Amino acid sequence: MSDGFRSPYEIETPEGAEGWEEMYPYYLLFEPARRAEEEQRFWFYNGMHFPEPMPAFDMITAESCYLSIGLYQGRVFQIPTVLGIEHRVVNGYVYITSNEVTDPETIQSRLETFLPRIGFYYENWDTLVDRWQAEVDARIAELTTLEIPRLPEVEDEQELIHDHKLGSNYRLMAAYDRCLHLYNELNQLHFELLLLAYGAYLTFFQFCQAAFPDMGLQVMSQMIAGYETTMMRPDDELKGLAAKALELGVDGAFAAGRTPDEVLADLQGSDAGRAWIEDLESRKHPWFFMSTGDGFYHHHRAWADDPRLPFAAIGGYVARLRDGAELARPKEQLLAERDRIATECRDLLPGDEQRQFDEMLGLCRHVFPHAESHKFFIEHWGTSLFFNKVREVGAVLAEHGFFEDAEDVFHLNIHEVHAALSDLGLAWAGGAPARGTFYWPPRIARRKEILARLAEWTPPPALGAVPDVINDPTVQLLWGVTADRLRAWAGGGEAGVHGYAASPGVVEGVARVVRDVNDIGSIQQGEVLVCSVTAPSWAPVFPKISAAVSDIGGMMSHAAIIAREYGLPAVVGTGHATKEIKTGDRVRVDGDNGTVTILD
Amino acid sequence: MHVVPFRALDLEDVALVGGKSAHLGDLTQAGFPVPPGFAITANAFDAVVEQHVDGLLAGLDTDDVAALEQTAEHVRAVVESLDVPEEIATAVAEGYRRLGEELGLSDPPVAVRSSAVAEDAADASFAGMQSTYLWLRGADDVLAGVRRCWASYFNAEALAYRAQHGGAAGMSVAVQYMVDARVAGVMFTINPVTGDPSSIAIDASYGLGVTVVGGDVTPDSYLFSKVTRELVRSDVGAKEIECVAAPDGGGTVLREVDEERRARLCLEPGEVARLAELGRSIERHYGRAQDLEWAIDQRLGEIFLLQARPETVWSQKRKVAAAESALSLVVATFMGGKPAR
Repeated sequence: MSDGFRSPYEIETPEGAEGWEEMYPYYLLFEPARRAEEEQRFWFYNGMHFPEPMPAFDMITAESCYLSIGLYQGRVFQIPTVLGIEHRVVNGYVYITSNEVTDPETIQSRLETFLPRIGFYYENWDTLVDRWQAEVDARIAELTTLEIPRLPEVEDEQELIHDHKLGSNYRLMAAYDRCLHLYNELNQLHFELLLLAYGAYLTFFQFCQAAFPDMGLQVMSQMIAGYETTMMRPDDELKGLAAKALELGVDGAFAAGRTPDEVLADLQGSDAGRAWIEDLESRKHPWFFMSTGDGFYHHHRAWADDPRLPFAAIGGYVARLRDGAELARPKEQLLAERDRIATECRDLLPGDEQRQFDEMLGLCRHVFPHAESHKFFIEHWGTSLFFNKVREVGAVLAEHGFFEDAEDVFHLNIHEVHAALSDLGLAWAGGAPARGTFYWPPRIARRKEILARLAEWTPPPALGAVPDVINDPTVQLLWGVTADRLRAWAGGGEAGVHGYAASPGVVEGVARVVRDVNDIGSIQQGEVLVCSVTAPSWAPVFPKISAAVSDIGGMMSHAAIIAREYGLPAVVGTGHATKEIKTGDRVRVDGDNGTVTILD
Repeated sequence: MHVVPFRALDLEDVALVGGKSAHLGDLTQAGFPVPPGFAITANAFDAVVEQHVDGLLAGLDTDDVAALEQTAEHVRAVVESLDVPEEIATAVAEGYRRLGEELGLSDPPVAVRSSAVAEDAADASFAGMQSTYLWLRGADDVLAGVRRCWASYFNAEALAYRAQHGGAAGMSVAVQYMVDARVAGVMFTINPVTGDPSSIAIDASYGLGVTVVGGDVTPDSYLFSKVTRELVRSDVGAKEIECVAAPDGGGTVLREVDEERRARLCLEPGEVARLAELGRSIERHYGRAQDLEWAIDQRLGEIFLLQARPETVWSQKRKVAAAESALSLVVATFMGGKPAR
């Protein structure tokens, strides 16, 4: 292979993880017969969305997203220079690559479809956002009420004989299929408008880079950002609950170290406490469908299902309120600063470019609310509902002896769940024990062990050949993958930790390396958060930390946006901060220059 | 009127006080911290000088180099030893006294410079009338400096240039407080390297700014964003030497900068921000990028603006892109930067 990264075909399997390939469908593995072609391509680790090794079932989140990106880029909008994104699994981690179009004639013919279609979208943006919301709401409503049938000892007379319904086994299979369909449909909607929003951002950034070569991307992003987005709402509700606890005089219940159950038990003991619980219930829907992750793993539960994170955050906010802190985000101030910066930039441009600048900034600000809020509806609300329905399917399988625990269903991939349901249907109807009751338990135990071994392995940021150019706007903007970054990765990184200067300021502090979202409770006040990637639901930890550093992420990534909002220094897209830095290291985070220095 | 303070001058006074003083007056009136001073008008020059030299220059053949040199020398000697009329001498002394009062200094050091009254600035500089006398103190020395400036109007080169091109129409003299710089340098209100108009680039070193302007030191360099109003970058320069006022009170000397001062930035962050704010307001005032010289006075602690010129390199290079719509620019993005055919 050419100069560049290691071949995806030469990556060793970590000891104890042998056989990991069996967890995934054949079409997601590197195919030996295609080695010559595939190792000449550039593959990068999508740790931003998939920071952990993928449980078998959870691969649907990647498959569903990449299908939709390809559908819109390749077949609907016909983006002239790029088709879709391909993905593969290596040692349980997701690697992706762009399929770019280079033939000038193909580009030209795609352009003829592309122009009128995106013109239609930008011109009718508001109407289309409304249509989008209605479509999403309908699917969320259906997922909410979708019934997962049990398999009874005796079929119901009314249903089977008088209503002439299908057998419960068929209806169980159909319900599972419907879950998958609704999830795929939500993911199709996910990319309908988003790609166009990113295209607008990138255009604005490129314009600014040409006009203001010294300007950091953070300043450009700051000009776009709004501060009233749906994604901020769940965190605002937690702040409201903290204020309510103080108002009712029950803030003592949120003593440090208590579990949510202990807090609730304490609150149940008084009228004021019960009033607080009532307030909690009234605020929960739908905001507690926020997931503790980014909506790509079944074990990142919604706040409603795993209240540890929101309760810890409420406790933190209660403490800050007692200290007299102001929790409300200084929206007015942030907006005033945003507008001041935009006006200053605009005034520095010649007349014609001022008009372009206004138009582009206007477009970006127009699409910004959708680009942010879609995450809540798709990745959080819709995805949490989807995984919970699959849990119900898992519960049926567990009832019939396939597994010990309904959660084990997530160690089967989507096709294996189909097979298991066929197996169950046959066995239930025919009266024999299902084969799965023997087949799955040892395999699930093995898969759990494999995932544990894979979690200890650090995936390299990139594999294959170094590309000359990166055309794909999403790849540049969201993952921060640029030619410069690649060279740094290929060279094993410059000395020290370098990334994007995502939020300004310089801070020294003790590092806390957090690899798993479930460990964010361990973060202490004033520590520097070092993580592979942050998800929007991590917002509650930002008031606690003094700076943020991530392996993966571009200027519009979540850590960057939220750090700017809290005024914390942040360096994102470092590639390997979690590997270089250990918990307890004293580090200096320079958010002005994008460097992190380990001090001792 | 023979003596006018800068704050009473503006660009309409070019015929009276020359371009240099009119410009300093304009900056002063706009509220910029130009070192204070006053102009001795072209009327004074006319009243004192012209009557004495008209006869001496009659019939001069400027092509005859030897004769030209000889005449010029003679005229200059005459002018330098002129009896300045009481009225004008008093006005200059009074102007100087008031300057001291304004600064809170008795006998403040001043620079005395010629400020030619010419059709345009190019004529003025080509005419060879750029005399400057630095670190003068006391009314007598100032008046002597004024006479020498007047005399420089009759340099051989100046005479020859005017004979050929015409152009200059008299001589004014500027008397200006001599900034005793702790730190000085230049400032561009556009990044001279990248052309970024949102940046302010500052070069700074210890002592007077001549070492920076003349390239005698590697200065500290600072890049400041007009937009975020933050220091983007600062680099420590070697700053081996500094040009400071001579201990005996006259002129300047070069001396070495010690290791400790060399190793650190010579400007405090607050000073950089103040300088940048000054640069930005001058740029706004003139509506275009500026190339500025500045100094921070060690006696007064103030920032002084010494010179303001329009920046010419990037201001001319910057081309306005075709007025494409935002949508067509977005299309170009999806084309991977290639324009749509």
